[in-house]
Amino acid sequence: MIVDVRDACYAVGGREIFSGISLQALKGQITAVMGPSGTGKTTLLRLITAQIHAQRGEVRLFGENLATLNRKQLFTLRRRIGMLFQNSALLTDFNVFENVAFPLREHTDLPESLIRNLVLTRLNAVGLRGAASLMPAELSGGMARRVALARAVVMDPELLIYDEPFVGLDPIARGVILRLVQQLNRSLGITSIIVSHDVSELAKITDRAYLMAAGKIVAEGTPAELAASQSPIVRQFISGDPDGPSPFHYPARDLGVQLLADAPAKPCLPVPGARP
Amino acid sequence: MSTTATQDGFILGSLARVGRIAIFLVKVLTQCGAVLARPSLVVNQIYNAGGRSLVIIMLSGLFTGMVLALLGFNLLQRFGSEDALGFAAALALLKELGPVLTALLFAGRAGTALTSEIGLMRATDQLTAMQMMAVDPLRYVVAPRFLGGLISMPLLVAVYDMVGLFGAHLVGVQMMRIDNGSFWSQMQSAVSLRDVTEGIVKSLVFGFVCSLIAVYEGYHSDPTAEGVGLATTRTVVASSVLTLFLDYMLTAAFL
Repeated sequence: MIVDVRDACYAVGGREIFSGISLQALKGQITAVMGPSGTGKTTLLRLITAQIHAQRGEVRLFGENLATLNRKQLFTLRRRIGMLFQNSALLTDFNVFENVAFPLREHTDLPESLIRNLVLTRLNAVGLRGAASLMPAELSGGMARRVALARAVVMDPELLIYDEPFVGLDPIARGVILRLVQQLNRSLGITSIIVSHDVSELAKITDRAYLMAAGKIVAEGTPAELAASQSPIVRQFISGDPDGPSPFHYPARDLGVQLLADAPAKPCLPVPGARP
Repeated sequence: MSTTATQDGFILGSLARVGRIAIFLVKVLTQCGAVLARPSLVVNQIYNAGGRSLVIIMLSGLFTGMVLALLGFNLLQRFGSEDALGFAAALALLKELGPVLTALLFAGRAGTALTSEIGLMRATDQLTAMQMMAVDPLRYVVAPRFLGGLISMPLLVAVYDMVGLFGAHLVGVQMMRIDNGSFWSQMQSAVSLRDVTEGIVKSLVFGFVCSLIAVYEGYHSDPTAEGVGLATTRTVVASSVLTLFLDYMLTAAFL
């Protein structure tokens, strides 16, 4: 087991982001974490990568309890992880080649010729060898995502984490990324965790999926099991119904009452205890 | 009662901020050794903070020296001692105007650039990406910029002083016809090593403070457009006020 989250809870400023989350990612598998926006999926990724720590429960990565690691041990562990950020997070001072070469230059003493070969091979795998000299500002969203993917795999990680890899991409770029994720998993045996709300895309490649809603895991299983589930929340999410167990409206007073009430000093007072 | 509570809150908040900056400083200093082993990182930042500030520093130095000479000449002429202009301009520039005005310009030009650059790296997840690639942003981003600023400031002050004296010479000797020999000899005889040391110490202290504030504010800015803007403003305000305050303290200490 590569990732093992048990009964994890996390709150910010008294507001619970999620509670009692348990999730496992098995070696060589693609695990998906799905759910509507604002349910704490990205926060869960930050927990798995020890950017934040659970206030209760335990998170283990490669068998190590993240709460017990010091900074140096954590950085050593992170060398075994590749992460694809939602906004690509390319270093804007460097061109495409240097972005992909960055982890190699920082962590290895490889000769320049070998670094060049490794980087060009990775860029070739994402179809952007010809764009090696471009700056990040010159790339489209899909291209930047592919460069970030090349950078994420350049150190041959054992675990790849994708944060919303399909957001904002056109169908062609989405298909390219999907194929790359699948290829990396099959050819290199990399364990993958994908956070996304793109049900149809994920169903094609995922071995196991978790569905999160309102800070909890409400369903888990293979894509086929989730598709056959009769749970109302799973049905709502998979069929994309606007309203259901996961409400369309952010908690608010009754519309009629609010419209007919005298204009208050602050027209948009939040409802006490409301959560998205 | 509420005024007292507000004052207490302000004092506690300020103390907490000083504490956070001190902890941040220790973290940055522990990374400086590793950074010095890769001088190219620091040299790039000396160019960014120092090299790119040269034009504004030189222009400002030139005009400050020229104004100083005009005012000094006008004042000294009343006492018939206009030959002392070189000495007066040199002392004013070396001890006070050079370090202080350079630090204020540095805060406005290089400090804001440092803060907004690091703040935008935070806002666009570049710092998080580095951490995920097991590269410490304090070592790779913050420490080189801090050292670059610290090293740049005394160099900029030296340039400012030189150009300032050139400006004073231009007005005093070329325009007002003060004797060239008196201008330099008065300066040479009256300016002591202690005066020069005072300028160097001030430039180092101001470089330390302005660079630290700039990288601290950038690193801790909220990852939004407004957050980066506010952090940049805080850099200029805090650097300027601290520079003027420390200048008073240091001048008093050197008397």
